[in-house]
Amino acid sequence: MQGAPLVGPSIVMSSALSLAPLLAGIVGESNVLTAAEDLVPYGFDGTAALRQRPAAVIFPTTTQQVAECVRLAIQASVPIVTRGSGTGLSGGSVPRADSLVLCLARMNAILDLDLENLTLRAQAGVVTQTIDQTVAPHGLLYPPDPGSMRISTIGGNVAENSGGLRGLKYGVTRDYVMAIETVLADGRIARFGSACVKDVAGYSLKDLFIGSEGTLGVITEVLLKLVPRPAARQTMLALYDDIEAAASTVSAIIAARIIPCTLEFLDHMTALCVEDYAHVGLPTDCAAVLLMETDGHPAAVADEAAKMAAIAREHGAREVRTAKDEAEALGLAAARRNAFSALARRRPTTILEDVTVPRNKLAAMVTFIAETAEAHHLEVGTFGHMGDGNLHPTFLTDERDGDAMARVHHALDAIVTRTLELGGTITGEHGVGLAKKPWLRQQMGDDSFEVMRQVKHALDPNGLLNPGKMFD
Amino acid sequence: MADTLQTLDYAVLQQCMHCGMCLPTCPTYDATKHERNSPRGRIALMRAIADGDLAVSQAFADEMSYCLGCLACQTACPAGVNYAELFETARSTIERADAQPGAARSFWRWLTLRLIFTRPRLLRAAGRGLRLYQRTGLQTFARRTRLTALLPPAVRRVEPQAPPIAGAFSNRLIAAHETPTGEARYRVALLTGCIQDLVFSDVNRDTADVLLANGCAVDTPPVQPCCGSLHAHNGELDLARGLARRMIDLLPPDRYDAIISNAGGCGSHLRHYGSLLADDPVYRDRARLWDTKLRDVQEWLASIGPRAPKAAPFDEPVTLTYHESCHLVHGQKISRQPRELLRLLPGVSFVELPESSWCCGSAGVYAITQPDQAEALMRRKTANIGSTGATVVATANPGCQLQIIRGLREAGGSALVLHPMSLLARAYRNERG
Ligand SMILES: Cc1cc2nc3c(=O)[nH]c(=O)nc-3n(C[C@H](O)[C@H](O)[C@H](O)COP(=O)(O)OP(=O)(O)OC[C@H]3O[C@@H](n4cnc5c(N)ncnc54)[C@H](O)[C@@H]3O)c2cc1C
Ligand code: SF4
Ligand code: SF4
Repeated sequence: MQGAPLVGPSIVMSSALSLAPLLAGIVGESNVLTAAEDLVPYGFDGTAALRQRPAAVIFPTTTQQVAECVRLAIQASVPIVTRGSGTGLSGGSVPRADSLVLCLARMNAILDLDLENLTLRAQAGVVTQTIDQTVAPHGLLYPPDPGSMRISTIGGNVAENSGGLRGLKYGVTRDYVMAIETVLADGRIARFGSACVKDVAGYSLKDLFIGSEGTLGVITEVLLKLVPRPAARQTMLALYDDIEAAASTVSAIIAARIIPCTLEFLDHMTALCVEDYAHVGLPTDCAAVLLMETDGHPAAVADEAAKMAAIAREHGAREVRTAKDEAEALGLAAARRNAFSALARRRPTTILEDVTVPRNKLAAMVTFIAETAEAHHLEVGTFGHMGDGNLHPTFLTDERDGDAMARVHHALDAIVTRTLELGGTITGEHGVGLAKKPWLRQQMGDDSFEVMRQVKHALDPNGLLNPGKMFD
Repeated sequence: MADTLQTLDYAVLQQCMHCGMCLPTCPTYDATKHERNSPRGRIALMRAIADGDLAVSQAFADEMSYCLGCLACQTACPAGVNYAELFETARSTIERADAQPGAARSFWRWLTLRLIFTRPRLLRAAGRGLRLYQRTGLQTFARRTRLTALLPPAVRRVEPQAPPIAGAFSNRLIAAHETPTGEARYRVALLTGCIQDLVFSDVNRDTADVLLANGCAVDTPPVQPCCGSLHAHNGELDLARGLARRMIDLLPPDRYDAIISNAGGCGSHLRHYGSLLADDPVYRDRARLWDTKLRDVQEWLASIGPRAPKAAPFDEPVTLTYHESCHLVHGQKISRQPRELLRLLPGVSFVELPESSWCCGSAGVYAITQPDQAEALMRRKTANIGSTGATVVATANPGCQLQIIRGLREAGGSALVLHPMSLLARAYRNERG
């Protein structure tokens, strides 16, 4: 699907449109959009070259409204595409022409902050960063911090099981979801998980919904786990003349039993683009930069930082710099979060991958990516959560250039094949959606793939929840 | 620069890779959470028009009128999207497509954009007329007798908001050539602006004084054309080009070390004559040179090393905060320099304003075209100002200054609202005891 010709404006006269008055009865007139000017902007997410105008967009504000809308749509056989902020990078919230977009951006209330149990309950449309901002004054931390956290929704994060810059030490979204409330395909409201730290009652269906990309239900509410905010942190930049050396530093740090909170990788192209935008003093004259961060007890931080710097030097770092203060550290992390968008400064279209490999295979992978780009005459910028083995090779191209797009496709194919050979996965955090769909069976194998399809069929027998995503 | 979205270089539209990183900074998206009201959504609409998938409709015109043009999105965009160019091209497309009908609208547009704001003498005459109206009791009379009801609705809405016109315009306050005491290190030209000239001509005087105090010889032509920002902003690119040519003729850029603007909104437009006149073989080169000379006054002072005043601007110590004009911070990326200058002031403690770069809702004629949103933004701004406890608010754009004065008055606040140049000028004057 990636790079496929775009489908034009909605030509399907859909029954979603005829539902509009009934939907307005549920969510109110101003929360139902059907005009062309209102719909065009819901035709895409953050993924390149995928576009399709939906039939209608609605903004429910309560779980009850979601349930009623879902019931109505299912009865009329209208497909539902759930959407948070549309920052997804696998085309997950790109609609179909006949579908109803259920946008949760206005369902954004924080419902409860429990300072005794260290939990926070929120509606699905709350922006990720708002959660951390809400808990920070209480000395608490909500660790998952995807690059898009200033605008992505917690519902989108749960639906994609998003990672972030701190994934190495703190884990991903899944590790912080204690319970969810979700509207099922038939309009029933189900709750999975609980406020208990331990809970083995029945199947862990909460985990089935995490990462389900809007294909199994509409997540309406989440209960999140919080942790104490670390007392200290130190941020460093290691500079390399050779990208493999950066990769082997990461493997060596892991092998040395050090778990820093952040080990982010930026190649020369990425560093150049990020610096061009953010002016934070990222070096632009080296082949690779590692952004390393350790946090925790001040003494432990100092000790770990020293060890990491030493390992980086042993593995060929030309220089290791330490951020002089909190402001500089925050600036560097913020700049890194913009890496993907900043790469778009170079060329009109940016097509990014999300391949992830076991961390001792990183050096092999980064080299392979560089070679593949060269072999296909493509410009590439690679960055990623290297501590997680998660790389984002990003091809810089122009979607109007058919020949270049074909070469991108070949390069992607090669990278995916190599990733699977190395025991990796086609997606570490962005999800399958439309963009990775062609390779899911290849990774899973027939039987495992079929089990997934059976699960989908059991929960959404009519195939109306985000149809065409993950599998056909 | 292209006049329509259809003729615009497609790469400018493609530059938006729809990541959404600009959404949290957009005041209109913040208000509605509708993609259409966001930068990403607006660019998608523009692209659909360029692609021929969408008509230049009334709804599109409304959308572009709802956009503040504050350019917060341009600062936030890591991908380097030139929203300013997209915004002006979109508005120009709308004007050309005549998507906004109505004879009355056409008449008032003609009167203001085509007639008054292209002829500086006429503008001052209109200003004098308004001054007379405000000061002779005619205003009170007209309001009491409901004569104002005869005005067209758009004007009726602004009539009570019309700012008090200054007693004397810049040409009466500033000589055509002024030289500093001691040696002149630089030669600069001072642009007096339109609103600045009519309402805050004292700010122009203060700006000249600060420049003089910092060793600059100042040329201030008594009659200056409008810079064309109002026109470009409202889709009249041809008029904007004509005004740019007149401006360049009046102040040949090769004669000056810097051409100084003290109004954020004007400066943001003034430094892009190069792209505006890129297709004009006669003016192209001079326009490019012009862009390299154009400086916001604060930017200029910071670059030449400002002299710290030895006296305080006020007798009593004050708490000061700073509101960033959108077109200064986002349009011109000038954010550090005004703060540096303000921190030089003795007897002043500087506190940061929460959301200092969030639009105050003034945004040119926005208060007239979108009163509700303008009002909401104004309240948000005054609440933030209130939270700082500041007694003086500095801001470097006449639109913002008016809006905040009005906002504070309505909120019952008493803080003074002044241009940073006025604060510096006061301090320099107080040096003489
Ligand atoms: C600049 C940039 C940086 C990014 N960095 C990261 C990163 O570091 N790590 C990372 O993991 N991702 C990253 N992403 C990807 C993206 O931001 C995440 O996938 C995010 O979680 C999507 O959230 P959203 O609210 O925008 O969801 P959307 O894009 O609107 O939706 C994503 C998917 O989730 C489904 N969905 C959304 N809300 C719900 C709900 N309430 N119930 C059920 N299904 C739902 C949608 O149907 C869709 O399939 C980045 C994206 C950008 C543009
Ligand atoms: S304008 Fe910039 S920040 Fe906003 S969506 Fe487009 S590329 Fe992203
Ligand atoms: S100019 Fe301001 S109001 Fe318009 S899209 Fe950009 S941020 Fe939003």
